[in-house]
Amino acid sequence: MSILIYAEQQNGKVAKSAKELASYAKAYADKTGQDVVAVGAGLEDADSLFQYGVSKVLNVNDDTLKTFNAFAHAQMVAQAAGQQGADLILISDSNDAVYMGPILADKLDAGYVSHVIGLPEDGGNFTVKRKVFSNKGIAYTEVLSDKKLLRLAKNSFGMLENPVAGSVEDFAPDVDKSVYETYKVTKVDKATGKVSLTDADIIVSAGRGLKGPENWGMVEELADVLGAATACSKPVADMGWRPHTEHVGQTGKQVAPNLYIAIGISGAIQHLAGVNGSKNMLVINNDPEAPFFKAADYGVVGDAFEVVPKLIEKLKAFKNQ
Amino acid sequence: MSSVPDTTSKINFTDNDTKFDESGIQYVINPHDEFGLTKAMQIKEKTGAELVVLNVGTAKTEPVIRKVLAIGADKAVRIDADPKDSYFTAVQIAHYINNHDEFDLIIAGKESLDYNGGMVHGLVAGMTSKKFINAVMGLELKDNNMVEVAREIDGGKEFIETSLPLIIGGQKGLVKEEELRIPNMRGIMMARKKPLEVLPAVEAAVKTKIDKFEKPAPKGAIKLVDKDNLDELIDLLHNEAKVI
Repeated sequence: MSILIYAEQQNGKVAKSAKELASYAKAYADKTGQDVVAVGAGLEDADSLFQYGVSKVLNVNDDTLKTFNAFAHAQMVAQAAGQQGADLILISDSNDAVYMGPILADKLDAGYVSHVIGLPEDGGNFTVKRKVFSNKGIAYTEVLSDKKLLRLAKNSFGMLENPVAGSVEDFAPDVDKSVYETYKVTKVDKATGKVSLTDADIIVSAGRGLKGPENWGMVEELADVLGAATACSKPVADMGWRPHTEHVGQTGKQVAPNLYIAIGISGAIQHLAGVNGSKNMLVINNDPEAPFFKAADYGVVGDAFEVVPKLIEKLKAFKNQ
Repeated sequence: MSSVPDTTSKINFTDNDTKFDESGIQYVINPHDEFGLTKAMQIKEKTGAELVVLNVGTAKTEPVIRKVLAIGADKAVRIDADPKDSYFTAVQIAHYINNHDEFDLIIAGKESLDYNGGMVHGLVAGMTSKKFINAVMGLELKDNNMVEVAREIDGGKEFIETSLPLIIGGQKGLVKEEELRIPNMRGIMMARKKPLEVLPAVEAAVKTKIDKFEKPAPKGAIKLVDKDNLDELIDLLHNEAKVI
Protein backbone atom coordinates (compact mmCIF):
# COMPACT_ATOMS: atom_id res chain seq x y z
CA MET A 1 0.00 0.00 0.00
CA SER A 2 1.21 3.47 -0.74
CA ILE A 3 0.27 7.10 -0.52
CA LEU A 4 0.21 8.94 -3.84
CA ILE A 5 1.08 12.58 -4.37
CA TYR A 6 0.42 14.60 -7.52
CA ALA A 7 3.75 16.33 -8.19
CA GLU A 8 3.44 19.46 -10.31
CA GLN A 9 6.31 21.01 -12.18
CA GLN A 10 7.36 24.54 -12.84
CA ASN A 11 9.49 25.09 -15.94
CA GLY A 12 10.29 21.39 -15.80
CA LYS A 13 11.43 21.36 -12.18
CA VAL A 14 9.53 19.76 -9.30
CA ALA A 15 7.40 22.50 -7.72
CA LYS A 16 7.88 23.42 -4.06
CA SER A 17 4.29 22.42 -3.40
CA ALA A 18 5.18 18.84 -4.39
CA LYS A 19 7.93 18.77 -1.77
CA GLU A 20 5.49 19.92 0.87
CA LEU A 21 3.02 17.22 -0.21
CA ALA A 22 5.83 14.67 -0.03
CA SER A 23 6.79 15.82 3.48
CA TYR A 24 3.19 15.47 4.64
CA ALA A 25 2.76 12.08 3.01
CA LYS A 26 6.04 10.77 4.45
CA ALA A 27 5.13 11.88 7.98
CA TYR A 28 1.86 9.96 7.74
CA ALA A 29 3.40 7.00 5.87
CA ASP A 30 5.89 6.52 8.70
CA LYS A 31 3.00 6.09 11.12
CA THR A 32 1.13 3.65 8.94
CA GLY A 33 4.05 1.73 7.40
CA GLN A 34 3.35 2.85 3.83
CA ASP A 35 5.52 4.13 0.99
CA VAL A 36 5.15 7.46 -0.73
CA VAL A 37 4.81 7.45 -4.51
CA ALA A 38 4.66 10.57 -6.68
CA VAL A 39 3.16 10.96 -10.13
CA GLY A 40 3.89 13.86 -12.45
CA ALA A 41 4.52 14.80 -16.06
CA GLY A 42 7.88 16.00 -17.35
CA LEU A 43 9.70 16.21 -14.02
CA GLU A 44 13.32 16.85 -15.02
CA ASP A 45 14.60 16.56 -11.47
CA ALA A 46 12.21 13.84 -10.29
CA ASP A 47 14.90 12.42 -8.00
CA SER A 48 14.83 15.61 -5.89
CA LEU A 49 11.70 14.17 -4.30
CA PHE A 50 13.70 11.34 -2.66
CA GLN A 51 15.02 13.97 -0.27
CA TYR A 52 11.47 14.48 1.04
CA GLY A 53 10.60 10.85 1.50
CA VAL A 54 9.29 9.78 -1.92
CA SER A 55 10.58 6.30 -2.76
CA LYS A 56 9.10 6.03 -6.24
CA VAL A 57 8.35 8.66 -8.86
CA LEU A 58 6.12 7.77 -11.79
CA ASN A 59 7.33 10.23 -14.39
CA VAL A 60 5.26 10.73 -17.52
CA ASN A 61 7.36 11.67 -20.53
CA ASP A 62 4.61 12.44 -22.98
CA ASP A 63 4.84 15.83 -24.65
CA THR A 64 1.07 16.35 -24.68
CA LEU A 65 0.67 15.46 -21.02
CA LYS A 66 3.48 17.81 -19.99
CA THR A 67 0.95 20.60 -20.49
CA PHE A 68 -1.74 20.68 -17.85
CA ASN A 69 -5.27 19.65 -18.72
CA ALA A 70 -7.48 18.93 -15.72
CA PHE A 71 -9.27 15.98 -17.33
CA ALA A 72 -6.10 14.43 -18.76
CA HIS A 73 -4.20 14.80 -15.50
CA ALA A 74 -7.13 13.43 -13.50
CA GLN A 75 -6.95 10.30 -15.67
CA MET A 76 -3.19 10.14 -15.20
CA VAL A 77 -3.41 10.40 -11.40
CA ALA A 78 -6.36 8.00 -11.15
CA GLN A 79 -4.44 5.36 -13.13
CA ALA A 80 -1.34 5.84 -11.00
CA ALA A 81 -3.50 5.39 -7.88
CA GLY A 82 -4.96 2.20 -9.31
CA GLN A 83 -1.59 0.79 -10.30
CA GLN A 84 -0.06 1.55 -6.89
CA GLY A 85 -3.11 0.52 -4.86
CA ALA A 86 -3.12 3.96 -3.25
CA ASP A 87 -6.18 4.83 -1.18
CA LEU A 88 -4.84 8.17 -0.06
CA ILE A 89 -4.03 10.77 -2.71
CA LEU A 90 -2.67 14.25 -2.02
CA ILE A 91 -2.82 17.35 -4.19
CA SER A 92 -1.69 20.94 -3.67
CA ASP A 93 -3.82 24.08 -3.75
CA SER A 94 -2.35 25.47 -6.97
CA ASN A 95 -4.98 26.68 -9.43
CA ASP A 96 -4.35 23.62 -11.60
CA ALA A 97 -4.70 21.11 -8.76
CA VAL A 98 -7.78 22.87 -7.41
CA TYR A 99 -9.34 22.58 -10.88
CA MET A 100 -8.43 18.91 -11.18
CA GLY A 101 -9.47 17.98 -7.62
CA PRO A 102 -13.21 17.36 -8.01
CA ILE A 103 -12.74 15.68 -11.41
CA LEU A 104 -10.30 13.26 -9.79
CA ALA A 105 -12.54 12.77 -6.74
CA ASP A 106 -15.42 11.84 -9.05
CA LYS A 107 -13.24 9.40 -11.01
CA LEU A 108 -11.95 7.69 -7.89
CA ASP A 109 -15.27 7.92 -6.05
CA ALA A 110 -13.19 9.40 -3.26
CA GLY A 111 -14.16 11.54 -0.31
CA TYR A 112 -12.40 14.84 -0.98
CA VAL A 113 -11.31 17.36 1.62
CA SER A 114 -9.86 20.76 0.70
CA HIS A 115 -7.85 23.28 2.76
CA VAL A 116 -6.35 20.49 4.89
CA ILE A 117 -3.96 21.85 7.53
CA GLY A 118 -2.94 18.83 9.61
CA LEU A 119 -2.01 15.18 9.49
CA PRO A 120 -4.82 12.68 10.04
CA GLU A 121 -5.64 12.58 13.75
CA ASP A 122 -4.64 9.55 15.79
CA GLY A 123 -7.46 7.13 16.53
CA GLY A 124 -9.70 4.82 14.58
CA ASN A 125 -11.34 7.20 12.14
CA PHE A 126 -9.66 9.04 9.31
CA THR A 127 -10.13 12.64 10.43
CA VAL A 128 -8.24 15.71 9.28
CA LYS A 129 -8.38 19.35 10.24
CA ARG A 130 -9.37 21.74 7.51
CA LYS A 131 -9.91 25.46 7.31
CA VAL A 132 -13.50 26.63 6.88
CA PHE A 133 -15.30 29.98 6.86
CA SER A 134 -12.34 31.58 5.08
CA ASN A 135 -9.82 30.80 7.82
CA LYS A 136 -12.18 31.87 10.59
CA GLY A 137 -12.83 28.29 11.69
CA ILE A 138 -11.35 24.81 11.67
CA ALA A 139 -13.46 21.70 11.00
CA TYR A 140 -12.38 18.20 12.04
CA THR A 141 -13.55 16.37 8.96
CA GLU A 142 -13.92 12.63 8.86
CA VAL A 143 -13.59 10.92 5.48
CA LEU A 144 -16.00 7.98 5.29
CA SER A 145 -15.09 6.51 1.89
CA ASP A 146 -12.28 4.01 1.23
CA LYS A 147 -10.52 6.29 -1.22
CA LYS A 148 -9.48 9.63 0.17
CA LEU A 149 -8.33 12.74 -1.66
CA LEU A 150 -6.81 15.59 0.35
CA ARG A 151 -5.92 19.05 -0.88
CA LEU A 152 -3.23 20.43 1.40
CA ALA A 153 -3.25 24.16 2.21
CA LYS A 154 0.00 25.80 1.18
CA ASN A 155 2.57 26.32 3.94
CA SER A 156 0.44 24.47 6.49
CA PHE A 157 2.89 21.60 6.90
CA GLY A 158 6.19 22.84 5.53
CA MET A 159 9.01 21.06 3.71
CA LEU A 160 10.77 18.50 5.87
CA GLU A 161 13.79 16.62 4.60
CA ASN A 162 13.54 12.89 5.19
CA PRO A 163 15.78 11.25 2.60
CA VAL A 164 15.02 7.77 1.32
CA ALA A 165 16.43 5.62 -1.47
CA GLY A 166 14.18 5.96 -4.47
CA SER A 167 13.61 5.15 -8.10
CA VAL A 168 12.19 7.04 -11.05
CA GLU A 169 10.04 5.01 -13.41
CA ASP A 170 8.64 5.93 -16.80
CA PHE A 171 4.88 5.91 -16.58
CA ALA A 172 2.70 5.78 -19.66
CA PRO A 173 -0.95 6.11 -18.64
CA ASP A 174 -3.68 5.45 -21.15
CA VAL A 175 -5.16 8.94 -21.41
CA ASP A 176 -7.87 10.12 -23.77
CA LYS A 177 -6.05 13.07 -25.32
CA SER A 178 -9.09 14.41 -27.13
CA VAL A 179 -9.64 16.61 -24.04
CA TYR A 180 -6.79 18.81 -25.28
CA GLU A 181 -8.99 19.52 -28.32
CA THR A 182 -12.17 19.88 -26.27
CA TYR A 183 -10.45 22.52 -24.16
CA LYS A 184 -8.17 24.27 -26.58
CA VAL A 185 -5.71 26.63 -24.94
CA THR A 186 -5.36 29.59 -27.28
CA LYS A 187 -3.22 31.93 -25.18
CA VAL A 188 -1.43 32.09 -21.84
CA ASP A 189 -0.87 35.43 -20.12
CA LYS A 190 1.76 35.10 -17.48
CA ALA A 191 3.82 37.86 -15.97
CA THR A 192 7.43 36.91 -16.57
CA GLY A 193 10.35 37.98 -14.47
CA LYS A 194 8.04 38.73 -11.57
CA VAL A 195 7.49 36.61 -8.50
CA SER A 196 3.92 35.34 -8.62
CA LEU A 197 1.67 35.76 -5.61
CA THR A 198 0.99 32.06 -5.29
CA ASP A 199 4.67 31.09 -5.28
CA ALA A 200 6.04 33.95 -3.24
CA ASP A 201 7.74 33.31 0.10
CA ILE A 202 7.37 36.98 0.92
CA ILE A 203 4.56 39.31 -0.13
CA VAL A 204 4.64 43.10 0.18
CA SER A 205 1.11 44.44 0.18
CA ALA A 206 -0.18 47.97 0.43
CA GLY A 207 -3.51 49.68 0.93
CA ARG A 208 -5.30 52.97 0.83
CA GLY A 209 -2.80 54.41 3.31
CA LEU A 210 -0.48 54.95 0.36
CA LYS A 211 -2.79 57.69 -0.91
CA GLY A 212 -2.33 57.06 -4.64
CA PRO A 213 -0.93 54.76 -7.32
CA GLU A 214 2.01 57.12 -7.89
CA ASN A 215 3.38 56.09 -4.49
CA TRP A 216 3.83 52.40 -5.30
CA GLY A 217 7.49 52.84 -6.26
CA MET A 218 8.65 52.18 -2.72
CA VAL A 219 6.41 49.11 -2.43
CA GLU A 220 7.96 47.65 -5.55
CA GLU A 221 11.44 48.55 -4.39
CA LEU A 222 10.88 46.86 -1.03
CA ALA A 223 9.57 43.79 -2.89
CA ASP A 224 12.65 43.83 -5.14
CA VAL A 225 15.02 43.93 -2.19
CA LEU A 226 13.24 41.00 -0.57
CA GLY A 227 12.61 38.98 -3.74
CA ALA A 228 8.93 39.35 -2.89
CA ALA A 229 5.69 39.61 -4.83
CA THR A 230 3.50 42.70 -4.59
CA ALA A 231 -0.15 42.69 -3.57
CA CYS A 232 -2.84 45.14 -2.55
CA SER A 233 -6.10 45.49 -0.62
CA LYS A 234 -9.55 45.42 -2.24
CA PRO A 235 -10.22 49.20 -2.26
CA VAL A 236 -6.90 49.78 -4.01
CA ALA A 237 -7.81 47.32 -6.76
CA ASP A 238 -11.37 48.67 -6.97
CA MET A 239 -10.09 52.22 -7.43
CA GLY A 240 -7.85 51.00 -10.23
CA TRP A 241 -4.61 51.95 -8.47
CA ARG A 242 -3.36 48.40 -8.94
CA PRO A 243 -4.46 45.49 -11.15
CA HIS A 244 -7.16 43.16 -9.79
CA THR A 245 -4.73 40.27 -10.00
CA GLU A 246 -2.93 41.80 -7.02
CA HIS A 247 -6.01 41.92 -4.79
CA VAL A 248 -5.63 39.61 -1.81
CA GLY A 249 -8.48 38.98 0.60
CA GLN A 250 -11.61 36.92 0.99
CA THR A 251 -12.90 37.59 -2.52
CA GLY A 252 -9.48 38.08 -4.07
CA LYS A 253 -6.53 35.76 -3.79
CA GLN A 254 -5.94 33.79 -0.65
CA VAL A 255 -2.25 33.75 0.13
CA ALA A 256 -0.05 32.05 2.72
CA PRO A 257 3.56 33.22 2.39
CA ASN A 258 6.25 32.93 5.06
CA LEU A 259 6.10 36.70 5.52
CA TYR A 260 3.24 39.05 4.66
CA ILE A 261 4.04 42.74 4.95
CA ALA A 262 1.00 45.02 5.12
CA ILE A 263 1.65 48.70 4.53
CA GLY A 264 -1.16 51.16 5.11
CA ILE A 265 -3.79 48.42 5.27
CA SER A 266 -6.18 48.73 8.19
CA GLY A 267 -6.92 45.01 8.40
CA ALA A 268 -10.65 44.62 7.71
CA ILE A 269 -11.96 41.15 8.51
CA GLN A 270 -12.34 40.34 4.79
CA HIS A 271 -8.73 41.24 4.13
CA LEU A 272 -7.47 39.18 7.06
CA ALA A 273 -9.47 36.17 5.87
CA GLY A 274 -7.33 36.12 2.73
CA VAL A 275 -3.96 36.49 4.41
CA ASN A 276 -4.08 34.98 7.88
CA GLY A 277 -2.69 31.68 6.65
CA SER A 278 0.65 33.53 6.44
CA LYS A 279 3.38 32.24 8.74
CA ASN A 280 4.38 35.75 9.83
CA MET A 281 2.72 39.09 9.37
CA LEU A 282 4.37 42.49 9.66
CA VAL A 283 2.17 45.57 9.70
CA ILE A 284 3.31 49.13 9.07
CA ASN A 285 0.59 51.67 9.78
CA ASN A 286 0.41 55.15 11.28
CA ASP A 287 -2.83 54.36 13.13
CA PRO A 288 -2.02 52.37 16.28
CA GLU A 289 -5.73 51.45 16.50
CA ALA A 290 -5.73 49.70 13.08
CA PRO A 291 -7.22 46.21 13.57
CA PHE A 292 -4.27 44.69 11.74
CA PHE A 293 -2.12 45.24 14.84
CA LYS A 294 -4.28 42.65 16.63
CA ALA A 295 -3.64 40.01 13.95
CA ALA A 296 0.01 40.59 13.09
CA ASP A 297 3.21 39.21 14.62
CA TYR A 298 5.34 42.30 14.14
CA GLY A 299 4.32 45.91 13.92
CA VAL A 300 5.72 49.36 13.34
CA VAL A 301 3.55 52.35 14.18
CA GLY A 302 4.61 55.10 11.85
CA ASP A 303 4.16 56.92 8.59
CA ALA A 304 4.71 54.51 5.71
CA PHE A 305 6.38 57.25 3.67
CA GLU A 306 8.99 57.57 6.40
CA VAL A 307 9.29 53.93 7.55
CA VAL A 308 9.35 52.09 4.22
CA PRO A 309 12.25 54.00 2.58
CA LYS A 310 14.26 53.61 5.79
CA LEU A 311 13.47 49.90 5.90
CA ILE A 312 14.60 49.53 2.28
CA GLU A 313 17.96 51.16 3.11
CA LYS A 314 18.44 48.97 6.18
CA LEU A 315 17.52 45.83 4.25
CA LYS A 316 19.91 46.66 1.43
CA ALA A 317 22.70 47.07 4.00
CA PHE A 318 21.67 43.79 5.65
CA LYS A 319 21.63 41.92 2.33
CA ASN A 320 25.08 43.24 1.45
CA GLN A 321 26.63 41.98 4.64
CA MET B 1 -26.15 29.52 -5.84
CA SER B 2 -25.08 29.32 -2.23
CA SER B 3 -26.43 31.37 0.62
CA VAL B 4 -23.48 32.10 2.92
CA PRO B 5 -22.73 34.23 5.98
CA ASP B 6 -21.98 37.86 5.17
CA THR B 7 -18.21 38.23 4.80
CA THR B 8 -18.00 40.50 7.84
CA SER B 9 -19.57 37.85 10.11
CA LYS B 10 -17.88 36.76 13.29
CA ILE B 11 -17.80 32.99 13.24
CA ASN B 12 -18.74 31.02 16.36
CA PHE B 13 -19.68 27.43 17.10
CA THR B 14 -22.29 25.98 19.40
CA ASP B 15 -23.58 22.64 20.79
CA ASN B 16 -20.19 21.66 22.14
CA ASP B 17 -18.50 23.02 19.04
CA THR B 18 -20.35 20.61 16.77
CA LYS B 19 -22.51 23.21 14.98
CA PHE B 20 -22.03 26.56 13.32
CA ASP B 21 -23.68 29.24 15.45
CA GLU B 22 -26.23 30.95 13.20
CA SER B 23 -27.38 33.50 15.75
CA GLY B 24 -26.94 37.04 14.51
CA ILE B 25 -25.66 35.91 11.12
CA GLN B 26 -26.80 37.78 8.02
CA TYR B 27 -26.86 35.65 4.88
CA VAL B 28 -25.83 36.87 1.44
CA ILE B 29 -25.38 35.54 -2.08
CA ASN B 30 -22.00 33.78 -2.11
CA PRO B 31 -19.65 36.53 -3.41
CA HIS B 32 -18.20 34.33 -6.17
CA ASP B 33 -21.78 33.54 -7.28
CA GLU B 34 -22.58 37.24 -7.41
CA PHE B 35 -20.08 37.71 -10.23
CA GLY B 36 -21.64 34.71 -11.99
CA LEU B 37 -25.16 36.06 -11.51
CA THR B 38 -24.32 39.40 -13.09
CA LYS B 39 -22.59 37.61 -15.98
CA ALA B 40 -25.73 35.48 -16.42
CA MET B 41 -27.89 38.61 -16.45
CA GLN B 42 -25.71 40.15 -19.15
CA ILE B 43 -26.00 37.02 -21.27
CA LYS B 44 -29.76 36.86 -20.70
CA GLU B 45 -30.16 40.48 -21.80
CA LYS B 46 -28.08 39.88 -24.90
CA THR B 47 -29.48 36.54 -26.01
CA GLY B 48 -32.91 36.34 -24.43
CA ALA B 49 -31.93 33.20 -22.54
CA GLU B 50 -33.95 32.05 -19.57
CA LEU B 51 -32.11 32.34 -16.25
CA VAL B 52 -32.88 29.79 -13.55
CA VAL B 53 -31.35 29.92 -10.06
CA LEU B 54 -30.82 26.61 -8.31
CA ASN B 55 -30.07 26.23 -4.62
CA VAL B 56 -29.75 23.24 -2.33
CA GLY B 57 -30.89 24.36 1.08
CA THR B 58 -33.58 24.49 3.70
CA ALA B 59 -36.31 27.15 3.72
CA LYS B 60 -33.80 29.40 5.47
CA THR B 61 -32.12 30.18 2.13
CA GLU B 62 -35.29 31.60 0.57
CA PRO B 63 -34.61 35.27 1.39
CA VAL B 64 -31.34 35.02 -0.55
CA ILE B 65 -33.06 33.16 -3.42
CA ARG B 66 -35.68 35.95 -3.56
CA LYS B 67 -32.84 38.44 -3.80
CA VAL B 68 -31.49 36.61 -6.86
CA LEU B 69 -34.97 36.73 -8.40
CA ALA B 70 -35.15 40.45 -7.58
CA ILE B 71 -31.86 41.00 -9.38
CA GLY B 72 -33.38 39.35 -12.42
CA ALA B 73 -33.44 35.54 -12.52
CA ASP B 74 -36.64 34.27 -14.17
CA LYS B 75 -37.36 31.42 -11.81
CA ALA B 76 -35.91 29.60 -8.87
CA VAL B 77 -35.62 25.99 -7.82
CA ARG B 78 -34.78 25.01 -4.28
CA ILE B 79 -33.93 21.43 -3.51
CA ASP B 80 -35.17 21.05 0.01
CA ALA B 81 -32.29 19.61 1.97
CA ASP B 82 -29.61 20.52 4.43
CA PRO B 83 -26.49 20.33 2.21
CA LYS B 84 -24.70 17.79 4.40
CA ASP B 85 -21.47 17.60 2.43
CA SER B 86 -20.23 18.54 -1.02
CA TYR B 87 -20.85 15.08 -2.46
CA PHE B 88 -24.44 15.01 -1.21
CA THR B 89 -25.04 18.49 -2.63
CA ALA B 90 -23.49 17.56 -5.98
CA VAL B 91 -25.76 14.51 -6.26
CA GLN B 92 -28.82 16.75 -5.77
CA ILE B 93 -27.71 19.24 -8.43
CA ALA B 94 -26.64 16.53 -10.89
CA HIS B 95 -29.99 14.78 -10.47
CA TYR B 96 -31.82 17.99 -11.30
CA ILE B 97 -29.62 18.75 -14.32
CA ASN B 98 -29.91 15.21 -15.65
CA ASN B 99 -33.69 15.54 -15.51
CA HIS B 100 -33.79 19.03 -17.02
CA ASP B 101 -31.22 18.83 -19.74
CA GLU B 102 -31.92 22.25 -21.16
CA PHE B 103 -29.05 24.32 -19.78
CA ASP B 104 -26.34 25.67 -22.07
CA LEU B 105 -24.34 27.25 -19.33
CA ILE B 106 -24.23 26.36 -15.64
CA ILE B 107 -22.48 28.95 -13.53
CA ALA B 108 -21.33 28.13 -10.02
CA GLY B 109 -18.90 30.00 -7.80
CA LYS B 110 -15.41 28.52 -7.65
CA GLU B 111 -15.95 28.05 -3.93
CA SER B 112 -18.66 28.95 -1.41
CA LEU B 113 -17.42 31.19 1.36
CA ASP B 114 -18.80 29.06 4.17
CA TYR B 115 -17.29 25.58 4.01
CA ASN B 116 -14.87 26.51 1.18
CA GLY B 117 -15.07 23.04 -0.39
CA GLY B 118 -14.55 24.22 -3.96
CA MET B 119 -15.69 20.93 -5.44
CA VAL B 120 -19.46 20.79 -6.03
CA HIS B 121 -19.17 22.19 -9.58
CA GLY B 122 -16.54 19.66 -10.66
CA LEU B 123 -18.34 16.74 -9.04
CA VAL B 124 -21.54 17.75 -10.85
CA ALA B 125 -19.58 17.89 -14.12
CA GLY B 126 -18.45 14.33 -13.51
CA MET B 127 -21.93 13.13 -12.60
CA THR B 128 -23.56 14.80 -15.62
CA SER B 129 -20.70 14.21 -18.11
CA LYS B 130 -20.57 17.90 -18.88
CA LYS B 131 -17.58 20.03 -19.67
CA PHE B 132 -16.12 22.03 -16.80
CA ILE B 133 -13.68 24.91 -16.31
CA ASN B 134 -12.77 26.29 -12.89
CA ALA B 135 -11.63 29.67 -11.56
CA VAL B 136 -13.14 31.46 -14.54
CA MET B 137 -12.33 35.17 -14.70
CA GLY B 138 -13.69 35.92 -18.15
CA LEU B 139 -16.22 34.39 -20.53
CA GLU B 140 -17.28 35.39 -23.99
CA LEU B 141 -19.90 33.69 -26.13
CA LYS B 142 -18.85 33.18 -29.74
CA ASP B 143 -20.70 31.91 -32.81
CA ASN B 144 -21.77 28.28 -33.22
CA ASN B 145 -22.04 27.56 -29.49
CA MET B 146 -18.36 28.26 -29.01
CA VAL B 147 -17.15 30.09 -25.96
CA GLU B 148 -13.85 31.66 -24.96
CA VAL B 149 -13.02 31.34 -21.29
CA ALA B 150 -10.22 32.91 -19.26
CA ARG B 151 -9.14 30.68 -16.41
CA GLU B 152 -6.92 31.80 -13.56
CA ILE B 153 -3.60 29.98 -13.40
CA ASP B 154 -0.79 30.56 -10.91
CA GLY B 155 0.75 33.88 -11.91
CA GLY B 156 -1.62 34.71 -14.75
CA LYS B 157 -4.46 33.46 -16.91
CA GLU B 158 -5.04 30.94 -19.64
CA PHE B 159 -7.54 31.37 -22.46
CA ILE B 160 -9.49 28.28 -23.44
CA GLU B 161 -11.74 27.78 -26.42
CA THR B 162 -14.51 25.26 -25.89
CA SER B 163 -18.18 24.78 -26.64
CA LEU B 164 -21.47 24.84 -24.76
CA PRO B 165 -22.93 23.21 -22.76
CA LEU B 166 -20.44 24.03 -20.06
CA ILE B 167 -20.19 24.22 -16.27
CA ILE B 168 -17.95 26.90 -14.81
CA GLY B 169 -16.64 27.78 -11.37
CA GLY B 170 -16.81 31.56 -11.54
CA GLN B 171 -15.04 34.24 -9.60
CA LYS B 172 -14.07 37.87 -9.55
CA GLY B 173 -13.20 39.09 -13.04
CA LEU B 174 -16.21 37.46 -14.76
CA VAL B 175 -17.70 40.94 -14.64
CA LYS B 176 -16.31 44.18 -13.26
CA GLU B 177 -16.94 44.99 -9.61
CA GLU B 178 -18.91 48.13 -10.57
CA GLU B 179 -21.18 46.07 -12.84
CA LEU B 180 -22.45 43.90 -9.97
CA ARG B 181 -26.23 44.15 -9.78
CA ILE B 182 -28.23 44.93 -6.69
CA PRO B 183 -32.00 44.58 -6.47
CA ASN B 184 -34.15 47.66 -7.06
CA MET B 185 -37.70 48.24 -5.82
CA ARG B 186 -39.33 47.10 -9.05
CA GLY B 187 -37.22 43.95 -9.05
CA ILE B 188 -38.16 43.20 -5.45
CA MET B 189 -41.89 43.60 -6.25
CA MET B 190 -41.59 41.40 -9.33
CA ALA B 191 -39.60 38.76 -7.47
CA ARG B 192 -42.62 38.05 -5.25
CA LYS B 193 -44.56 36.83 -8.27
CA LYS B 194 -41.78 34.77 -9.82
CA PRO B 195 -41.98 30.99 -9.43
CA LEU B 196 -39.90 29.36 -6.69
CA GLU B 197 -40.25 25.62 -7.04
CA VAL B 198 -39.37 23.46 -4.05
CA LEU B 199 -38.30 19.92 -4.89
CA PRO B 200 -37.63 17.06 -2.51
CA ALA B 201 -34.05 15.83 -2.17
CA VAL B 202 -33.02 12.48 -3.60
CA GLU B 203 -31.41 9.81 -1.46
CA ALA B 204 -27.68 10.31 -1.33
CA ALA B 205 -24.84 9.25 0.88
CA VAL B 206 -22.20 11.53 2.30
CA LYS B 207 -18.49 10.96 1.93
CA THR B 208 -17.31 13.31 4.64
CA LYS B 209 -18.64 14.37 8.00
CA ILE B 210 -17.62 17.18 10.35
CA ASP B 211 -17.09 15.83 13.88
CA LYS B 212 -16.32 19.14 15.55
CA PHE B 213 -15.21 22.69 14.99
CA GLU B 214 -12.70 24.90 16.64
CA LYS B 215 -11.54 28.46 16.24
CA PRO B 216 -8.01 29.12 15.05
CA ALA B 217 -5.58 29.55 17.94
CA PRO B 218 -5.32 33.19 18.92
CA LYS B 219 -2.20 34.94 17.74
CA GLY B 220 0.48 35.63 20.31
CA ALA B 221 0.91 39.27 21.25
CA ILE B 222 2.31 41.44 18.52
CA LYS B 223 5.90 42.64 18.86
CA LEU B 224 5.97 46.36 18.24
CA VAL B 225 9.19 47.90 17.02
CA ASP B 226 9.92 51.60 17.29
CA LYS B 227 10.01 53.29 13.90
CA ASP B 228 13.42 54.69 14.73
CA ASN B 229 14.83 51.28 15.57
CA LEU B 230 14.33 49.30 12.38
CA ASP B 231 17.54 47.35 13.00
CA GLU B 232 15.62 45.52 15.71
CA LEU B 233 12.92 44.66 13.18
CA ILE B 234 15.47 43.22 10.77
CA ASP B 235 17.01 41.25 13.62
CA LEU B 236 13.58 39.80 14.56
CA LEU B 237 12.74 38.90 10.96
CA HIS B 238 16.15 37.30 10.49
CA ASN B 239 16.80 35.55 13.81
CA GLU B 240 13.34 34.93 15.24
CA ALA B 241 10.95 34.55 12.30
CA LYS B 242 13.81 33.37 10.05
CA VAL B 243 12.12 34.77 6.97
CA ILE B 244 14.86 37.03 5.61
